[in-house]
This record gives sequence, structure tokens and C-alpha cells, in this order.
Amino acid sequence: MKKKQPSAELPLARRRRRRWFTMLDLMLLPGLVYLIINNYIPMGGLFIAFKKIDYSLGIFKSPWVGLRNFRFLFGTEDAYIITRNTILYNIVFIILLNALGVAVGIMLSEVRRQQMTKFFQTTILLPQLISIIIIANIVFAFLSNEAGLVNKTILPALGLEPINFYSSPKYWPFILPTVYVWNRIGYSSIIFFAAVIGIDRELYEAAVVDGANKARQVMHITLPMLKPTIITLVLIHVGRIFYADFGLFYQVPMNSGALFDVTNVIDTYVYRALLQSNDISKASAAGFYQSIVGFITVMLTNQLVRKIDPENALF
Amino acid sequence: MAEVRLKRFSFGQLFLCMILMLFSLAAILPFLLLVISSVTSEEVLLVNGYSYFPTKLSFYSYEYLFTVNLSSIGRAYGITVFITVVGTTLSLMIAPMMAYVLSRRDYNKRKVMTFVVFFTMLFNGGLVPQYLMWTQLFGIKNTIFALLFPNLLFNGFFVLIMKSYFTLNIHPALIEAAKIDGASEFYIYRKIVMPLSLPILATIGLMVGINYWNDWMNGLYYITKNHLFSLQNLLNRILVTIRFLNEFANEMRLDKELPSISIRMAMAVIGTIPIMALYPFFQKYFVKGISLGGVKG
Repeated sequence: MKKKQPSAELPLARRRRRRWFTMLDLMLLPGLVYLIINNYIPMGGLFIAFKKIDYSLGIFKSPWVGLRNFRFLFGTEDAYIITRNTILYNIVFIILLNALGVAVGIMLSEVRRQQMTKFFQTTILLPQLISIIIIANIVFAFLSNEAGLVNKTILPALGLEPINFYSSPKYWPFILPTVYVWNRIGYSSIIFFAAVIGIDRELYEAAVVDGANKARQVMHITLPMLKPTIITLVLIHVGRIFYADFGLFYQVPMNSGALFDVTNVIDTYVYRALLQSNDISKASAAGFYQSIVGFITVMLTNQLVRKIDPENALF
Repeated sequence: MAEVRLKRFSFGQLFLCMILMLFSLAAILPFLLLVISSVTSEEVLLVNGYSYFPTKLSFYSYEYLFTVNLSSIGRAYGITVFITVVGTTLSLMIAPMMAYVLSRRDYNKRKVMTFVVFFTMLFNGGLVPQYLMWTQLFGIKNTIFALLFPNLLFNGFFVLIMKSYFTLNIHPALIEAAKIDGASEFYIYRKIVMPLSLPILATIGLMVGINYWNDWMNGLYYITKNHLFSLQNLLNRILVTIRFLNEFANEMRLDKELPSISIRMAMAVIGTIPIMALYPFFQKYFVKGISLGGVKG
């Protein structure tokens, strides 16, 4: 406020610079440049879904084709399959991960010995640390035809026939959520654990005085206090319901064609169309569809929560 | 009250620990299978498959990897270490500085710029435009930059976490005082803000570092030349090749020609060891980072 009147002794150019481009702007700049390149240019690039890309002409000179790419995409059964798979798996993931995460998080907080809590935390976080390539490898050690633990040891011990997992679609709606939860449960439970730890201890002490047992304390104190965290996490995930974990659906089923019916999601479809079958029309149409519908989903979920429970809205 | 509770042995606690132990075992046992398989002798693997109780051990696969394949593994290791170190350093040079500026209440473009960062979390262009931009506009296909820049450097989420950390922990009076003493903005950031923010820098640095170490997608999209494969991509390539050879062998009934099935497990172990070995040291920051909101989008 003091500097409202420009001091006369400063040359005009310098005053301008001080006002329009400060040291703080300069410090922000590298980050901003990265976000513009990495995030904003591709957003602008969504228009290619309306073009027929011809590499010899370049992106800008390639002809516009209106909705043709979308007619291609939605003319096939693929559009339905990938949408169905993406959404259904996400719904299963949201329910399983949050339910188990809350349960494990609360259990962790009830363990009295600090070392034990630390031991459990450390171990259940291990799967979170490694890449999905290695996870796919571990899954393979269990499920492979020729050498898998399940086919070579467990099933024979039970007197059952071996199962060719990598060409039997019916098992994957169970395998994928299992792998997903195994991979993420540590992450989810730590978040809830941190939230439980943050609850005011006096609430529990008062409940103990009133004679409430552990189960009642969890039902009437812990869970209600966790509600905002649960809502936030579910919301973030619901907002991303049109996005799938590419690695999980691409690496873990080993890109096996026989399984596409139950493992193909929008992300794997876009990748395969773009880089494996060179069908850039379908890839860009599916990508556009994902970006736009995904964005609408985020906005709608947030709007909905704002109406029902304004405090828990994300923005 | 807590002391009284601690003394008493309780069945409730025992039961609780047993259930949690099941989760712990479920997390550890698959790794154990990986490690044991990698040191199981090849003949035993062919007959009995991967097993927790192999009848014969052999370190042949490690020998093989470290003698026959040493150059490609060494190279891939080098590339992974390089991108992890360089990427994390770059990230910590750029992202916290941006977050700090956004945390300054007296920064005039604060609202607009925060929105610019936040919006990247709501909307994105997806793989196709991104792929075309990086390959056609920047020409990073088959260069080391492909492993460094697309997506991994930092994201809006990390910036916003750091911003709220700075807002809560750096008192404006401190900055005001330094300014009166004639310190420049950059000097204040470098000499006052950064030293006060080591915990959050360590946490974010760790998250970014793990993302670099584990990344295989950029390699899958942008790298087709073997000499630029990171560890994860080399592993991926080996898996794909073995899968291909397996299918081929099945079709041709060349059962005896099956490529080594213990080697893939040994590769996976080699790719996991560094991160596991460092885990006890960074565990604290890892847990903190997760409590802050998450690792993966």
C-alpha cells in the first residue's frame, strides 16, 4: 500500500519491471514452464481426436475429419468393453481398498506395543515400494502354467486339475482386485491409521468412563471421526473412475490377448491402439473421451458433495 | 491409565496382533517366493515349479546374469541410478521453489498460479497428445530425456502439499525480518526457508525418487533402443522375450528348449534389492509422505 505512488526517481523501465516481473515470478517460472509443457500443451492437443493424423503432413496440416474417429471407436464393441471394465474394476477397488484400509488402519492404532505397530506398518507397506513389473513377475510365479506355485503345488495337492490362468478370462475379475489390494493396502491403511491417531484421546476416555467397550468405541467414535477422510479418499477415486492403473491391467495379465475381454481398460486400449496397432484415430478418440468424461466426473462428484456435505468437498 | 493397561496381558491384543500378522505375512510371503525361486536349481524348477521348499538350490542364475549379461545389466543399473539422482535433484530444485512462491501471502499472482497448478490435477490431455508432443515437437524418442521429463519430474499434487507445508511452518515475520536486513527473495528461500523445510523436502524427494526408480512407462513409450533401457525396462524386455519364447516353444513342442525360468526371478530380485536395502532408512519419510496424502495419483 505504501508504494501506491511510484517514486519519481526510479526510471520508468525499472518500475515496470518491479511491478510486472519480480524475483518471485522468476522463482516460480521453471515449475510453471514444466507444467505448461507437460500438462497444458497436451490438453490443447486433445483436438487431434478430430483429425486424421498423417505423420508425413505433420499434426497441424493433417486434415480435419469431424467425428469420424469417434464413429470408428464407438462403432466397435471395444468402446463398451473398455468403459465397462474401467468402471466396474474401479468400483470394486474403491469398496475393497477403503473397507480393508479402514479396518487395518483401526487395528494398527489399537496395537499397544509401539514396536509391533512399526513392524506391521513396515511390512504391509512393502508391496507399495516395488514396480508393477516386479509384481507381475511375482504373480507369474504363482499362476504360470509350466511352473506356477498354484498349478504345480497347490492344485495337485487338492487333487484338482491345473488351470491355464493366462488364457482363462473368468479368473481375472478376482485376480486383479486381489493384486490391487495387495499392492495398495499399506498405503490406504497408513492414511486411515494417521487419521485415527489424530482423533482426540479424550473422546475415548469419556467413552470408557461411560462404560463403552472397544466395539462401541469404534462404532460411535472412530468411524464417525474417520468419515471426512473416507469421503475424501473415495471422492478422489470416484473422480478418477475413468482412469485405470495401466501397469496393473497391462503387466499383470502379461498383455495376454485371450484375456482382453476382462483386462482391457481405457488406458491399455489407448496404449495398444497408439503404439502397438498404430491406430492413432481410435487412440486419440478414446483418449479424448477419457479426458472429457473424466473431467466431468470430477466436477460432478465434487458438486454433489458440495450440496450434501459442503465441508467435505474437495474444492 | 496407559501404564495400568500395558501391564495386563490381554487376549484382545493377541488376537489383534494375529490378524495383523496375517496381513504382514500376505505382504512378505510373495517376495519370499520370488527370492527362493531365484536360487532354485533350474532342473527342480522345471519339474516342481516355483516353490517355497525347493529340493535343490543353485546360484546359477545370478552367476549367469553377472557373467554373461553383466554389461547390459550394469548399463541398465547405471541408467536407473542416473535418472533417479538427476530427476530427483532437478525436481527438488524446481518444485519446492514454486510451492514456496505460491505460499507467500504477498505474492500478487498467488490465486491464479495456484489454480494453474491445481487444474493439472483435474484435467489432462492423456497419452496421445502427450506422446505426439514429446516425440514430434521435442524429439525425445530414444534419448535419456525421455526417461527424465515426461510426467515424472513433479506434479501439481506435490507442489500443493509443499505449499501448505510452507504456509503452516514458515512464519511471514521471518521473511519480513530477512527482507529488512536486505536479503533478496532467492537468498531468503535458499538460506532460510529450505533449511527449515528439510522434512518435507526429504519426503517429497523420496516420493519422486521412488517414482523414478520404478518407472517403466516412459521407457515403454519412448525407448526402443536397448542401450537406453532402464532396469525396469530391461526386466520388462526379458519377461516379454521369455513369454514369447515360451509360447513359441509350446507351439513347436520344444519343451527342452525352455529358457531359464529362474533367471527372470533373479532379475526381479536384483531390481528390488536396492530399494529394499534402503527401506529401513527412509521408512519414516515414506510413511509421512503417505500420511500427507499419497504416493501414486
